[in-house]
Amino acid sequence: MNALREALSGFWREAAKTLKILSHNKMGLFGFVMMILIILLSVLGPVIWPAETSANVSAINKGVSAQHWLGTDFQGQDNLRKIINGGKDIVTIALVTGILSMLIAVIVGSFSAFIGGWVDSLLMQFVDIWLTIPKFPLLAVLATVLALKDVVTLSVLMALLDWPGLARQVRSQVLSLKRLDYIEAATMLDLGTPKIIFRELLPNMMSFIAISTIFEMTHAIYQQTGLVFLGIVPYSSANWGVMISAAERRGVLFNPQAAWSILGPMGAIVLFQLALVSFARSLDEVFNPRLRTSV
Amino acid sequence: MPRILLGAARKIASNYLLRRLLKALFTIWLVASITFFVIRAMPGNAVDILIQDLTIQGVSPADAEAQAAAMMGINLDQPIMGQYLDYLGNVARGSLGTSYKSAGMSVTKMISQVLPWTLFSVGLALMITFVLGIALGALMAYRRDTWIDHLLSNVAATLDAVSPYLIGLLAILLFGITWKLVPIMEMRGAMSPGMKPGFSLAFFADIFKHVRVLLLVYVLSSVGSWMLQMKSNTVTTLGEDYVTVARARGLTDGRILTAYVGRNATLPLFTRLAISIGFVVGGSVLLETLFTYRGVGFLLARSISERDYPVMQGVFLIITIAVVFANLLADYLYGWLDPRVRISGGGN
Repeated sequence: MNALREALSGFWREAAKTLKILSHNKMGLFGFVMMILIILLSVLGPVIWPAETSANVSAINKGVSAQHWLGTDFQGQDNLRKIINGGKDIVTIALVTGILSMLIAVIVGSFSAFIGGWVDSLLMQFVDIWLTIPKFPLLAVLATVLALKDVVTLSVLMALLDWPGLARQVRSQVLSLKRLDYIEAATMLDLGTPKIIFRELLPNMMSFIAISTIFEMTHAIYQQTGLVFLGIVPYSSANWGVMISAAERRGVLFNPQAAWSILGPMGAIVLFQLALVSFARSLDEVFNPRLRTSV
Repeated sequence: MPRILLGAARKIASNYLLRRLLKALFTIWLVASITFFVIRAMPGNAVDILIQDLTIQGVSPADAEAQAAAMMGINLDQPIMGQYLDYLGNVARGSLGTSYKSAGMSVTKMISQVLPWTLFSVGLALMITFVLGIALGALMAYRRDTWIDHLLSNVAATLDAVSPYLIGLLAILLFGITWKLVPIMEMRGAMSPGMKPGFSLAFFADIFKHVRVLLLVYVLSSVGSWMLQMKSNTVTTLGEDYVTVARARGLTDGRILTAYVGRNATLPLFTRLAISIGFVVGGSVLLETLFTYRGVGFLLARSISERDYPVMQGVFLIITIAVVFANLLADYLYGWLDPRVRISGGGN
């Protein structure tokens, strides 16, 4: 119990420190606040403003008005409300794909660098070959054949296709860190490979890991949007990707009044991506004390 | 005998060219195998579904199986490993089976019909992007920390961050609908119906009319990363000792720019160009579909939506082969362009 309390207070201390450092970086702060806002809105939004279930024939493809801030779509439903309800899928896909692929990459990449020898060269040969296979067509073919039903399975599939590239980056990071004195000292002390990797190496790679994870997240969002457009991933839930292609299919593109049915979800995707990327760029400062201007 | 084999293995391992070639072949084999097993051997796989579909349409089970086998170019009576070997043999002979939505059409023929359009559109876009990326990237590096550098860097970073699909949608919305600059409805397809291909001005004007917005989207969506890469290469090169020495020797700026900085800074971009040529064949599945431009990517997307597995499998294999060989080419090109990385037994 005591240990738990200590760990928790330690976590809060770290989080407070991170926020304090972040507040000195305007772009980073903007990204962080925006990211939290989008995630909160996607999780809590549907509770406060639940999705409309019926079509509203009298208000189809209406422009921006006081009543409908972002206009209405081809079913006469409010675009803004749809966007709020459509964020959950996107956030899930980003988080599951980003974290899972990075987790595999960190484990495989760092052990490969540490063990070296034939295991390492075999793994890297595999990664080399894997990277020459065009990923999006492969993803499209696999997703079709597997007939995916939900976003989590799709995320897992994307993570399984994407980790090798990340693993190679992790490996080269570990290889350069491995030569530093304190790692050599830890090796001399015979602390054991897992302990060296998780206690000594990884904390020093945190900014790299966080940034790569975030870029993988944005990549996953785009892939999902593309798959929806091709009609591979089911349409059942109304996320931003589904909104865009549904509007496109209904010819909304050719109806200037209804442009917000496409611009709205598109803006949401770009905003989320922008928030993630500017947050990622500022993380370097958070994790690397030498880069901080002032604390 | 083992000694001969061992000798051969050692020779292969020491010969860079052979090693790379083997790896390329291995990649192609791997992709062919993945698609085969995913499509054929998984429970509820494509072949079973095809047979089921045909039976529902009123074909007797035996006939349905025979038809499915003919379409996929495999013998269903054989055990799965036998089918696999047959399939590999067919691929090696260049036979990719027949489509089962466009009845009787061979997959190879379908691909060769759409391939020229993809090669034309993406190839042209790639050339424009390459030249533009190098010019703007070098400009950014030479005018570092001026307003033009800041402006171009931000534009490049934004273009690089937004997905091509969204840029394409935005282009249709703005150019075609909001500003009405181009007749977007007439631009579907690679050329107007009734147009005769040939070396006439009307033909070239027509295909250009159909490709121009797509071309713009391709260039916009990829030029950003080329610019940023060229800028960082040029900045690094400008800091090299040999550039300082060339300056000290009183060489003209023009000579330094072309022979000293330009040559070294563009080297990595040539490798990237070679790799991109491979992706030319794949085209862009999303953009060709969005613009209804009938290229390889469009064919892949259509075969996916129609669940036309032989076509899907064939197109994907062709795309992979193109990428793999382009990579091989990039490796050699690099060794040939840059004497420093030449490896004995390889590029020389």
